[in-house]
This record gives sequence, C-alpha cells and structure tokens, in this order.
Amino acid sequence: MARTRIQLLMAVAGIAAVFTATGCGAADMTKQSSPYANVGGAKSVTLSVQSWVGAQANVAVAQYLLEHELGYRVDTVQVDEIPAWDALSQGRVDAILEDWGHPEQEQRYVKDKKLIVPGGGLGVTGHIGWWVPKYFADKHPDVLNWKNLNKYAKTFKTAESGGKGQLLDGSPSYVTNDKALVKNLKLNYQIVFSGSEAAQITQIKQFAKGKKPFLSYWYEPQWLFNQVPMVEVKLPKYTDKCANEGTKDPESVDCAYPTTPLQKYLNADFAKQGGKASAFLKKFHWTKQDQNEVSELIASQGMSAQDAAKKWVEAHPDVWKKWMP
Amino acid sequence: MSATATRPSTDPATDPAATGTAAAEPRPSLLSSAVRSPAARKLAALVVIAAVLIPLAHAKWASGSWPHALTVDVSGPLGDASDWILDNRDSHWIFLYFFGHISNVIIIGVRAVYVALLALGWAGVTAGLTLIAWRVAGVRIAVTTLVSFAICGLLGMWVPTMQTLALMAIAVTASVVIGGLLGLAGGLSEWAFRVLRPVLDTMQVLPAFAYLLPVVMIFGNGVPGAVLATVIYAAPPMARLTALGLRGADAGVLEAVTSLGATWRQRLLSARLPLARKELLLGINQTIMMALSMAVIASVIGGGGLGDRVYQALSSVDVGKALAAGLPIVLLAVVMDRTIGSAGERLGEPPAEGGPRLLRGWPAWAGVAVVTAVITVVGRLTGSQTWPTGWTVAIEEPVNQFKEWMVDHLYTGVPVVGGTADWAAHYVKWILDPLREGLQGLPWYAVLLIVAALAWLIGTWATALTATAAMAAIGVLGVWEPSMDTLSQVLAAVFVTLVLGFAIGIWAARSTRLERMMRPVLDMFQTMPQFVYLIPVVALFGVGRAPAAAAAIVYALPAVIRITTQGIRNVDPAALESARSLGATQGQQLRQVQLPLARPALLLAVNQGVVLVLAVVVIGGLVGSGALGYDVLFGLAQGDLATGLVAGTAIVCLGLMLDRVTQPTSRRDRKGA
Repeated sequence: MARTRIQLLMAVAGIAAVFTATGCGAADMTKQSSPYANVGGAKSVTLSVQSWVGAQANVAVAQYLLEHELGYRVDTVQVDEIPAWDALSQGRVDAILEDWGHPEQEQRYVKDKKLIVPGGGLGVTGHIGWWVPKYFADKHPDVLNWKNLNKYAKTFKTAESGGKGQLLDGSPSYVTNDKALVKNLKLNYQIVFSGSEAAQITQIKQFAKGKKPFLSYWYEPQWLFNQVPMVEVKLPKYTDKCANEGTKDPESVDCAYPTTPLQKYLNADFAKQGGKASAFLKKFHWTKQDQNEVSELIASQGMSAQDAAKKWVEAHPDVWKKWMP
Repeated sequence: MSATATRPSTDPATDPAATGTAAAEPRPSLLSSAVRSPAARKLAALVVIAAVLIPLAHAKWASGSWPHALTVDVSGPLGDASDWILDNRDSHWIFLYFFGHISNVIIIGVRAVYVALLALGWAGVTAGLTLIAWRVAGVRIAVTTLVSFAICGLLGMWVPTMQTLALMAIAVTASVVIGGLLGLAGGLSEWAFRVLRPVLDTMQVLPAFAYLLPVVMIFGNGVPGAVLATVIYAAPPMARLTALGLRGADAGVLEAVTSLGATWRQRLLSARLPLARKELLLGINQTIMMALSMAVIASVIGGGGLGDRVYQALSSVDVGKALAAGLPIVLLAVVMDRTIGSAGERLGEPPAEGGPRLLRGWPAWAGVAVVTAVITVVGRLTGSQTWPTGWTVAIEEPVNQFKEWMVDHLYTGVPVVGGTADWAAHYVKWILDPLREGLQGLPWYAVLLIVAALAWLIGTWATALTATAAMAAIGVLGVWEPSMDTLSQVLAAVFVTLVLGFAIGIWAARSTRLERMMRPVLDMFQTMPQFVYLIPVVALFGVGRAPAAAAAIVYALPAVIRITTQGIRNVDPAALESARSLGATQGQQLRQVQLPLARPALLLAVNQGVVLVLAVVVIGGLVGSGALGYDVLFGLAQGDLATGLVAGTAIVCLGLMLDRVTQPTSRRDRKGA
C-alpha cells in the first residue's frame, strides 16, 4: 500500500513539475514560438515562406537586411497559405510578407480575435489568369480570346485530359475558379491538377522545350515568364457583380480573376514588441520588377536565396534605405 | 531497414499454417472434389447471397455508381468541428490545460536538445556520436558515422541536420515510450492486444497527410504538430514488436522463474523483458526509420530542419538542392540503422574478450564522455560552433546538369524503346484508362461482390466481411468515383512493381554479387525522401498519373525485391539438392521447387507492395495523380477538414480492403502474434 501511495505522490509531483516548467497553470496557445528561435541570446524573427518563388524573394531580401543591417537572426519556415495564417495567430511565425487575399481568415484573426494585424501593402500586384506560350500565340493569335478556346481543344489534348483539351492547374493551395469557369463558359476542357507548383513548372518547361502548345492556369509576378514567355487568354471581364455572386456561390463564377494588391500581415504581439524588426517589415515595399529580379536569380540561375538577396541589396540601396527604421 | 519487419504479424514465413492455403485450392481435374472443396462452397454461398440482394439493390437504385441515397454527408459536422477548434483554441480549458501543455513540453524538449547539440559544436557532436557508435557497434560503423556527419557538414547542411536530430530525438523518445507502453499492455493482456491491433493497423495505413490537418488545428503549425504526427506514424512498430517479444517469451523459462517464487513484477522485469530484448531493439530501430521518413512530410506543417530544406528546394524546382538536403536524411538513417542493428546482434553474444580493459564496461563510457568533452572544447577554441562555412562542396550544379541531360535524352525519341514520355502515354492509354473505366463502369454491387469473393477465398467470412464493409464505407462517405480512380492507379502500379520486383529479386537470389551491389541502392530508395524524386519523375513522365505511378514503384520496389530474394534464398537446400540430383535444369528448379516453396514470401511481397504503393498515393497527388491523393492535399492546403479527412479515410478503407484481400488473415488471427 505504502509503495503505491509513494508512486502516486511521485506521479503527481512529476505532473506538477511539468506544469511548472511550462509556465504554471494555463498554457497559452497564442504564444508559442519556434524552439529554434532566439537560441544563444540572439534576437530572432521567424518568417513564413510560401511555396512560390516570389514569396521566397521577399523573405530572402527581408532576411538579408534583418541579419546584416539590423543584427537579427532569421528563421524561415515553409507553410501553405491557410496554415500560415494559423501559425501567425499563434506566434510561431512573426510575419507573412505576401498574402493573396483570404477574407475568411482576415475576419477571424484580424477583426474578431485581433491576434494578427495588417502590415501594409507589399507594393506588388498579383494577377491570376489563363496563359498560353508566346510561340503558340504568335502563330494562332485568335487563341487569346476565350470564345475561340473550343476550336483549340484538340490541340491542347494530352493523355491525361481524356479526349478534351487540357487546362493545366497548379497546387491545391491556390485560389482557383477554374472548374466553374470551364463549366459556365461551356468549354470542352478537362482540368488536370498538377498537385504542386514544382510539378506545374516542370511540365511547362518540358512543353516549352518541345515548343508544344499548352493552356495553363498561372499568375504574375512570376519568374517563369522570363524563361517561357506566355500570353494571357482573355476571359469575360471581371466585375464586382460577378465577384459578389461568386463569394455566395463559387459555382456561379463566369468571369476573369481580379487583380490583387498583395498584403503583409504581422502577429499582433510582434507588431507591438518587435522593435526595429517589425518597424522594418511594415515599411518593406517594392515593385514587381524588383521582386522578379530576385526570383529570377534564385529560380533560374540557381543562386541561393541569400546570395540573390545580397546581389539585389548591393545593387539597389536607394530602394531599401527607405525601409530602415 | 527492411519495411517487412514493421509488420511482423503478417509474415507468413514464420507461420507454418499459412502454407495451408495451397491445399485449399480446387483441383480442376476432379469435379467431385471441387464441389466438396471449401473454396467452391464459399463461392456458391456468395452466388446465393448475390442472387437475392442484387436484384433488390438494382430495383431500388439502378445507377452503376454508388447510389446517392446511401451516402452520408459529413462535411457539415467536420466544418463545425474545425471552426470550433479555431475559435476556442486560446480560451477553452482543454487547450489551456491539456493540449497547450503537451505542445509546450515538446517545444521545451526539442529546444533543449537543439541547444545542447549547438553547444557541443560540430566537432563535439561528430566525435561523440562516432565514439558511441564505436562503443556499441564496432570500428566499421564508427567510421561510417564519422564519414556521414562529415558529409552532412560538407553539403552545407549542418544546422538543419542538428534541427532534424533534435526533432527526431524527441519524437523517437516519445514514440518508443508510448509504443512500448502500448506493446506492454498488448503483450500482457489478450484483451488489450485485440483492441490494439486494428488501432495500430489504422495508424499505419492512414496517410500521414490526412492527420496532419487535425494535428495542425489542435497543436498548431510547427514543431509540436510535426512531433505528434511523427509519433502517430512511428509508434506502431514499437508497440507491435514489444507485444510480439513479450508474447514470444520462452514458456519454459517463465515457468522456472515462477517456480522460484518471483512476483508478477519480478517476472516481468527479470525474465520477460530481457527475453524480449531483441524485439525491443528491433522496435526502436524501426521506429527511428519511420520517424526519419516523416521528417520531410512533417516539413509541410513547418517542422523545419532538413525536411524543410528539401521542401523549399522543390518549390524552385531545384533537384540538386533537394538532393543535398535529402542525402543527410539517408545518412542519418543508415548510421542509426547500422548502429542499432549491430548492437542488437552483439546483444546475445558474450562480452568480447581481449583488448585493453579500459575499452570495456563503464570505463569505456567514461572515456567516450571525456574524449567528447575535450574535442568539444578544442572545437570551440578553434572557431565556429556550426560547420565552417569554407568547408562545403556544392553538388547542386552537377546534379541539376545530370538531370537535364537525362531529361533531354530520355524524354522522347529514343530509338527502338521510345522515350519516357511515350511510355507514360502508353501506360495511361493502355493500362490506366481501361482499368479506371472498368472499375468505374462496374456496378457498385459487383465491386462489393468481387471483393467479398476474393477476401473469402483467401480468408474467413470475417475477412470477407471486413473487406466488403471497408468498400461500402467508401461509398457511404460519397467518394466512390475518386476511390475507384485511385484503386485503378494502385492496382496498375502494384502490378508493375511485382513484375519488376519478382524478376530482379529472382535474379539477385542467384547472384550474390548483384545483391551486394544493389544493397546501397535499395537502402537509398527506401530512405530518400520521396519529395526528392518528384521533379525528376515529372520531368521524365509529364504531369499526371504516370509520374505518380513511377514514384510509387520506386518506393515499393526495394521491399518487394528484398523479400523475394530472401524467400528464394531461404528455400530448403535439401529440396533443391534433390531436384538437382534428379537432373532438373535451372529453370525447372526455379519453377518447380524454389517458387512454390517460396510462396509464403512471395505472398508477403504482394502484400507489402500493396501497402507501400498505397502509402505514396498522397505523394502522387503532388504530381497530378488527382483523385483521393489530391483531395487530401487540398484539404491540408485549404484547411478543409471535410475534404481532407474523408479522402484520407477512403484511403484507409482501400488499404484495409487490399490488405485483407492479399493476406490469409484467418491464420494470422489464430496464431495471435
């Protein structure tokens, strides 16, 4: 009996010790930074990187300047967009530098719970659309209007598209209305989801190598345009009415994608207490050309993100000097 | 390192009764015995059941696909559940006082290990681990360890390697403790064992991506979620092997211990656990392997470390960089596998005699500690804590050039055999499309009937019921069409894997040299994170179902080859000798002696092929396989619990069904291992 009691006491003591070690009583899920952060007394910032290279370019330059001009240590974590919002609300990452618009998350975390604050615009404008390679559009200019797409369905056929034309779509994390568009515009096309941006880029490059025709969901700014020039296919004009109906019923969308000024978001605590780092990230603001310059260095010239950032920073002091707190 | 050992309970090679299935087959020449044979009776019973039920089903729901009336829409409740979690995560007591502490403990643990590793510096870590490897596993493995860590540093991956090590240390410890406790319960109580088995089965078949999402919602992105997802995946082999070891303890020894008046606890601690030492060690080994294979998948939810480097390299389509980060994962796996494997082999042996006394027992351990400390201090004095930046070798360029060359020369227009693009197109057109159309075109009740018949022929009515119920569950969840699509992809990939695997396996069984040459290659394919070869497969086969099949085949092939080689090698030499003395040719020996006798091993190879191909269905989703794999990814990326979880469950159901259809389960149950 005595032994059992001692064991029980020890177990209770053990649990109590764990609770004490982790901050006694309630654990706060909104304040849990990365275990790799702030090791060895370094001030550190954790940035989330999204899978596309444009986002990597933002982070690379921010990281370079934070480390070399402001003396921070920077950790980067690659996360999909929606999980990144989640991580931002918990303080596991401090900032998202390129957000393409997530109204539901903005409502929950920015307006309702006030765990995330807007960090201002990035300066780059994003646009999603359907694109064909320039070498094909030059020979068949009428492909650039959606009304003629059915005429080319046979040309865009692949083994995967089952007798219809192939519309190549990207990563599951991207915003897309393509299913609704194909249906509502009565297009004889099959959407083939490549499942990841890496797969989509590889496939596009492969097509381009053989100068083969293709039709793909794509977006700008994007470094791939420098390697594989593409021309956008005109879809029915984007209107607010169409967008509003689309928010209510996603299956009703029958117009082009909007043009989105990309936004930055910061963790609320970090925005207040992040000192120079948060002040700097709020001021970070550049152009599509700047971003593409860095992206191109990373993605097609095989430079490491840090080297690419260094090269850009050395070439454009006039741009980034303004961001310093 | 072989994946076979993760499911020892299904290994018919150790089960003499499994060969009994051979006797259950009807002999076509004797009609009368066919009527009496159990297989024919089972089929006859099924025909009767079908004759009653199918007309009823057909009259009510005349469609070929699963009838809408029989589906349950779970997206509402699942959506509500995920909203509730997000809204209450920072206020509800279950998070504040339970989940929050779990994630805090994990963060503190990982951080402590990481800080310690950084404090030791590259010199200290390399020296310490090399000495430990030398102490427990001998000189050869110590050299392997030294070289491996040097390569991690040379590739410029020191810091991420340390992050991964820290994460692994905590995840493996947690998996071993939890798996060990579960296994203890299963090993000591028949009831616990029965409850545990389906749970462990599910934990292993459930695609990791499907539970990443719930884990992320509860514990958040980053390290805690990554560790917990790893534990879910890596604890089952530990639990299985612990239970197996405890149950297999020699009854004679236990009897003797009991007769000496030992209490229950003494018996457990002094007899049963020590007797199960080898299984426990194998369990730890398997757990480490599984945990490492999760390192990259965990990076999808921000686990950091090497996995994150692989993942980031992929987004810029840089195979060279992905390989540079993937290689250290392979090296860590090889080092740990060899060290623990060798330690396990030494366990049974008497302590090595000879050599200076200082190299044995506790003085040796003290020596390891002292030498490590000295080297750490020296390393600190000479400079950098992390690997010196000058000492790195860039392999990215040459690897990428090689990939480009391969793609340029193999993609299309290769004389005679055709390019990889042509193969992909043919595979899709001649195998996948007809198979998919066939499966989707079959009426749903026909599919259920075929599954029931196959499962019943190989097992009992309970097997058939489980398999059929699993298929029916897919229909009820409303994902019949995509599941048939996925099933067609799995079947086709398994078919190719088996054809290649059997051929190569048989060949390797005849040539020791070939087997030895293949060993490192097979090791690499099994441990290299699958993400690394996503880009090459797309470059070679285009986007779609063909590259997904290629990735699955590469992943499943090593296990099939290994089991086949082993099975044929282990055929009773006496039987082979007598065949030879009767003048049988090589071909005759193979067909009439080796293959029939290796039948249990070949069946196991089929089963492993299915399980492993299924394990990469989600990875296939990343290169355009569509169907269930894509849905799981979509759920994860969009935070859509309903889509992701339903598709994940459907994959589990497919796995359950395929497992039952390919394994003689009834006998496994009776043995109870």
